[in-house]
Amino acid sequence: MKFHAVLDIQLHAGIADPQGSTIERALPTLGFDGMSNVRAGKSIHLDIEAADAAAAEAQLTEVCEKFLTNPVIEGASISVVEAATAGVN
Amino acid sequence: MAPRVGVVRFPGTNCEFDTVEAIDALGGQGEILWHGDSSIGNNDAVVIAGGFAHGDYLRPGAIARFSPIMDAVIAAANDGMPVIGICNGFQVLTEAGLLPGALQKNAGLKFINDWQMLRVETTNSALTSAAQVGQELNIPINHFEGNYTCSSETLAELQANDQIVLSYVGNPNGSVADIAGVCNLGRNVVGLMPHPERASHKLLGSTDGNVLLQSVLAAVGVNA
Repeated sequence: MKFHAVLDIQLHAGIADPQGSTIERALPTLGFDGMSNVRAGKSIHLDIEAADAAAAEAQLTEVCEKFLTNPVIEGASISVVEAATAGVN
Repeated sequence: MAPRVGVVRFPGTNCEFDTVEAIDALGGQGEILWHGDSSIGNNDAVVIAGGFAHGDYLRPGAIARFSPIMDAVIAAANDGMPVIGICNGFQVLTEAGLLPGALQKNAGLKFINDWQMLRVETTNSALTSAAQVGQELNIPINHFEGNYTCSSETLAELQANDQIVLSYVGNPNGSVADIAGVCNLGRNVVGLMPHPERASHKLLGSTDGNVLLQSVLAAVGVNA
């Protein structure tokens, strides 16, 4: 089966995020008040063939640990949906 | 016989020829190593030169660490061969797990290209054996992601084991504990953000990088 996955990669809590801090400092200067705890990460979208969702998630967990994240500073949350459900061929 | 130093070139590396030139000028014999090869040849030491391997996509060093030559570099490092990562090379070595910590975007989110004073923190490493503790070196930095980051536990280990090799005098990029360079527990693998090859001739404005490169040549058993 084909699945569509979204990997949301964020720095671990406690790891300084220069990009997020800079965005946060810029917000009030643009008139956007009341926003805090800005963290800037990255998201990776991909399609994956797997027997079922659990198998897809297991593979994605492995590729995140070995390649797509640097576990020293980052972690990923993984969401998997059937490609048909997501409207992706 | 001159100590042979292989200098790794990935697509996007741009300091490999400067590094070979500096090594040759000190009596070594530099050789460019292609990242797609699976051997480091008969070299006595390896330098992973600066640049933007694979465009720094995903994370600096993240793709380079899977190049075929890295298996040979990791094996050599584990056998005790001097392996030095300069700038992008430092990032590659952390991604490969040969050195602790990680390099993040500079605290000021600016690419920094400037002269930088460094302090030698230990002479017990393949990169600093010819220097003196406390010696200050004027060596350029040229990076966007040189902000050394590690957990407080890792920092405590680095300090306890004397693994902080070079520190910044005046922190330019937000690095934890002003760290400019670290070594592994075996002290043969060293990574640093500054570029010693760019401070290797008086015409470049400083020769302070030579003591570091001489240490590498000395570490392979032949005095430069």
